[in-house]
Amino acid sequence: MEKINEFLGSELAVLTLTVLVYWGACYIRRVSKLTLLNPMIITIGVLIAVLKMADIPYETYHDGTHLIEFWLKPAIVALGFPLYNELKHIKRQFFVIFITEFIGSAIGIISVVLIAKWFGASREVICSLAPKSVSTPIAIEISEQLGGIPALTSAIVVIVGLIGALMGMKMMDLGRVRGPISKSLSMGTAAHVLGTSRISEYGERYGAFATLGLILNGILTAFLAGPLVEVLL
Amino acid sequence: MAKQFGIIFACLAVGELLAMIPWLNIPGSIWGMIVLTVLLEKKVVKPESVATTCKFLVSNMAFFFIPPGVALMYYFDLISREWLPIVAATFISMIIVLLVTGQLHQWMHRKYKQHSHKTITDGNGKDK
Repeated sequence: MEKINEFLGSELAVLTLTVLVYWGACYIRRVSKLTLLNPMIITIGVLIAVLKMADIPYETYHDGTHLIEFWLKPAIVALGFPLYNELKHIKRQFFVIFITEFIGSAIGIISVVLIAKWFGASREVICSLAPKSVSTPIAIEISEQLGGIPALTSAIVVIVGLIGALMGMKMMDLGRVRGPISKSLSMGTAAHVLGTSRISEYGERYGAFATLGLILNGILTAFLAGPLVEVLL
Repeated sequence: MAKQFGIIFACLAVGELLAMIPWLNIPGSIWGMIVLTVLLEKKVVKPESVATTCKFLVSNMAFFFIPPGVALMYYFDLISREWLPIVAATFISMIIVLLVTGQLHQWMHRKYKQHSHKTITDGNGKDK
């Protein structure tokens, strides 16, 4: 029994569990084709339930999975490749897109911080909310640097993405955003990867502009979040 | 493969070092991304020497943030205490970003139309 317990807390066991649950969640998403069944949310939910039931503390799980977490940073660096590919195509439009992203990013941070503050959120929660529009790995890094709670940030980011993917197109129709590039950029800016995959259904170029929006917003939020939170809090 | 990972790790390492400079204080991984983009842009690194690994890392990104997500199990109390500001701020801000970004780009795009050549057609998902 001792040995089995030791095995269950080992890196191999924890990694296997995580990979298998994620695989299953991806399968469910593929078969059901429902945006709401986000593989990451399902996996996190299932893993939390399993850890709670088996009475395994998060530290044990974390010790085993730091091998996975390590890859977050290289994955962010890897975003430089799609960014380079997009920049090649938009040289002439860069000015317009950059200004749009700059203002979009600033407004995203300012609005979420002020509303949360107005509703009486604590400082940690506000710092966790500030990078809510950018893709999870980037958001986690920014949240950590601001003094937020990375786990809370990652949950919020996914929820933002889901709302965007499910209702974004409808909202933009109501808000009279009609230009295809404008729509793509704002989906990528407001709802990161999930918004991007939704709008990619309309065509490859839509996805490309949304990707550009999501990466630029990530970089700009990294620069703007710190100073803005400092000023607003 | 070793070359591809080597380039990406080296960019990250440079990024982490840059992040130590006080007024360049943003996450090292973001600097790493900027470094990689600049190296590709300046043709120091050929796109094909990082392409496969970058595509692999980007397409599996969701998997890498499962462990930090599971840490959520510690914060159920906090969330149940502050769920209203979290939900309200998230939802309202998301709509603001979506509409402001879209409207702003639409307006600027029209204004500077003569400068833009590459564009995508409106309609049923056909791209140029």
